[in-house]
Amino acid sequence: MHSVLPFQFFKKSPLQLPSSGLRGNTRSLAASIVTCGALLLGSSAILAEDKTLTVYTYESFTSEWGPGPVVKKAFEAQCECTLQFVPLDSSAGILNRVQLEGSNTKADVVLGLDTNLMATAKDTGLLATSEVDTSTVALPIKWTSDTFVPFDYGYFAFVYDTEALASPPSSLEELVNAPDDLKIIIQDPRTSTPGLGLLLWVKSVYGDKAADAWKKLQPKILTVTKGWSEAYFSLFLNGEAPMVLSYSTSPGYHMAIDKTERYQAAAFSEGHYLQVEVAALLESSTNKALGREFLQFMLSKEFQTALPLTNVMYPSTDIGDDLPAEFNKLIQPESVLLIDSAEVRDNRKEWLREWLDVSSQ
Amino acid sequence: MSQTSYKPPWWLPGGLSVLAIAALAGLPLLALMNEASNLTLLDVVNDPYNRRVISFSLYQAILSTALSVVLAIPLAVALSREPRFFGRTLLINLFSLSLVIPTIVAIVGIVSIFGQSGLANQLLQNFGFNSFSIYGLQGILLAHVFFNMPLAARVFLQSLENIPQEQWRLAAQLGLPSSSRWRLIEWPAIRSQLAGISILIFALCFTSFTIVMTLGGGPRATTIEVAIYQALRFDFDINTAVALALIQLVLCTLIMIATHSLGTHTTQGLSSIKLNQNTLYASGHYFNGLIISIAALFLITPLVSLIVKAFNPATIGVITHAKTLSAASNTLVVALAAGAIAVAMGVGLQLSARHLRLRLYKHSSGRALQLVGNVILVIPPVVLGTGLFILLRPHADVFALGLVIVVAINSLMALPFVLRILEGPVLQAAQQHDRLIQSLGIHGMPRWRLLDWPHLKKPIGYSMAVSSTLAAGDLSAIALFGSERIATLPLLLYQRIGSYRHHEALTTAVLLLLLCFALFFILQRVIGGKPDA
Repeated sequence: MHSVLPFQFFKKSPLQLPSSGLRGNTRSLAASIVTCGALLLGSSAILAEDKTLTVYTYESFTSEWGPGPVVKKAFEAQCECTLQFVPLDSSAGILNRVQLEGSNTKADVVLGLDTNLMATAKDTGLLATSEVDTSTVALPIKWTSDTFVPFDYGYFAFVYDTEALASPPSSLEELVNAPDDLKIIIQDPRTSTPGLGLLLWVKSVYGDKAADAWKKLQPKILTVTKGWSEAYFSLFLNGEAPMVLSYSTSPGYHMAIDKTERYQAAAFSEGHYLQVEVAALLESSTNKALGREFLQFMLSKEFQTALPLTNVMYPSTDIGDDLPAEFNKLIQPESVLLIDSAEVRDNRKEWLREWLDVSSQ
Repeated sequence: MSQTSYKPPWWLPGGLSVLAIAALAGLPLLALMNEASNLTLLDVVNDPYNRRVISFSLYQAILSTALSVVLAIPLAVALSREPRFFGRTLLINLFSLSLVIPTIVAIVGIVSIFGQSGLANQLLQNFGFNSFSIYGLQGILLAHVFFNMPLAARVFLQSLENIPQEQWRLAAQLGLPSSSRWRLIEWPAIRSQLAGISILIFALCFTSFTIVMTLGGGPRATTIEVAIYQALRFDFDINTAVALALIQLVLCTLIMIATHSLGTHTTQGLSSIKLNQNTLYASGHYFNGLIISIAALFLITPLVSLIVKAFNPATIGVITHAKTLSAASNTLVVALAAGAIAVAMGVGLQLSARHLRLRLYKHSSGRALQLVGNVILVIPPVVLGTGLFILLRPHADVFALGLVIVVAINSLMALPFVLRILEGPVLQAAQQHDRLIQSLGIHGMPRWRLLDWPHLKKPIGYSMAVSSTLAAGDLSAIALFGSERIATLPLLLYQRIGSYRHHEALTTAVLLLLLCFALFFILQRVIGGKPDA
């Protein structure tokens, strides 16, 4: 009758001393716990010597064609440490994640926030100063932050498939007023920095009328994805829609690597919104020196020259002839749009609500 | 045998269970209330987006319920009028399969038939119609009907088959036409179940998470459950999450009260259905056959398509991928741990409730004790998760504790099922021999070993199987607490659907399906013993 009991097995377990009663068992159990504990302590002491730097970033940064593998190899060669990239499912998600984890976070460095999120991120009190020399930085804007290290930049743009769309809109206004059968794919401004970028792009062009513009845009939005990768790779490149929110630099990759001019960015007459991607050190990190070494490394020639064809962005420093020739063929924005980071911090929630409100109608 | 002198108090098993439930559900609820004191509820209700989310939740649940119930009636009637045909029992058993098939797995199947490149859309296009989008409200409704229409049909069928033979004989003697039989015999039987099954389906659709996450989720099709998840995981907007959680709490409580005041006993789905002799319908076979065939096609094609398409060029890569393997082992751990905890809490509650009922004659107290285990019906998993988040975040890295929290939530989610399965058998195990046992002075462990365990091992095996399978297929808890460090198969599957990797999703879905079937049958066999032994 008892044979079905799964724990019957332990009755004949050789671990049990034949003469010992319950007490004896408890004692040997206690002894083995102590032994295990000692072993664990010992092994963690050994592990502690092998330093690991944990970096939270977005998924496409760590993909096999992204900068992750190159950067990891180069940095590990100089630091005698392990560089561990933790890919999160979206870029704005990085900030959300460290906020959720608070000071218990495992991250030493966050990589992939942008100019728009800087003030919000700094206000969390979770970040430490970078102590990095940013004098070599060459951006369309002057760099003054002592917390964030800018590693690359680009302009948001709608990329289109020339085989599906012969004449793309030439301005945001034209896109907003285009016939509803022109389908576009965008990203969610709550989870994705390009998504937030478009929200601010529309805001800086339309101001108080932004909600009306979004209302007109609604029927043209095929879908709103969580992150950039799904929108670009899974949907746009598979022909699900002729236009996708991406960067003015995206065609550079297709021209240089795929050797095709099929995918182009549409130049908009109102100007393009700038994104500078940044990294920062966490206050809770126990590896601050190593973290700062990594942040400085991000401005090194090795790191910077890897970016154009892996992260497909302009490097944040002047790398001269190392910039691929294809990058000279990219559209140049007539004017550069950027809303001050503090203004974004103060209004982001409200603007997101406005977008959610229009998008849910 | 010297241990028989120790007599544990009757309230010990139930007390321990109540303590566990209080810790797992009560503390997070308090944390939620505490956090809520920082916000003004009126602002939350007045926010246009929140209002739209609340009304969408109600709207889609009402539509889903109406569609499921209305479509189930002709199916149940057709099945009751055709008591004998090949595959009938199999088809009816398929109706309760939703207990074993994880929602997210079925969704992959539904998408492979009704999605952009699925069979149904190709047929539509061949006949010159516009293609149909599975995403948004229509997809949510389709999936809700897929799960709940069979449930309603089964309940109606059972009611139809419980109609006494005399009524049919009388109808035949009087020569009543088909329309009068429907009006006088069949409709009253269906109507008696209508309110009960409607409120049950409404409750299920109102708190639906996985279906809305995968097929809706955009700003236009978001329910309260999903909006809470998004507020936490997209926005780090704790205020909105807490506010929506409280609204959900209030609405779920209202639904629970409605369910109880209707006094429904519709979920007898676990008992067998007896065949009646309703063979009086000489005509209408073609029509009945058509209805049954359409329903069977609707239910079976997504599963068949899923299994067929799971074998694709990506299969080997997916199965051997380190992520898949670690997710599979996490799923197994979560399933077994949550299942074991749910069963332990359920047995504890039922043993003490039985003592209250049989020895102390306190029926209502016994009933109240059982109700404690249904707490998750009032506090949906995402709401509970939000509470746990707020409770634990100041003290620990919530994502490192991910699996432990998921086990806790999933065990509470399975508990109502365990209680329902065990209630009858626990009482029966005592009713026959309770006086004898009492007069012999057998209690505590010996009583459990000699009397209860032999009677209960089958239902315990069954409830362990059901609760482990439920936990293995759940997405709601792991969606909140999962990360790239800790994933289960449902989360991995969700991510693969989300990034539109169809081949990988199909294979992962079938892997999860196999795991659930294996858990379901092996646990029943290992714990419950051989069938009919």
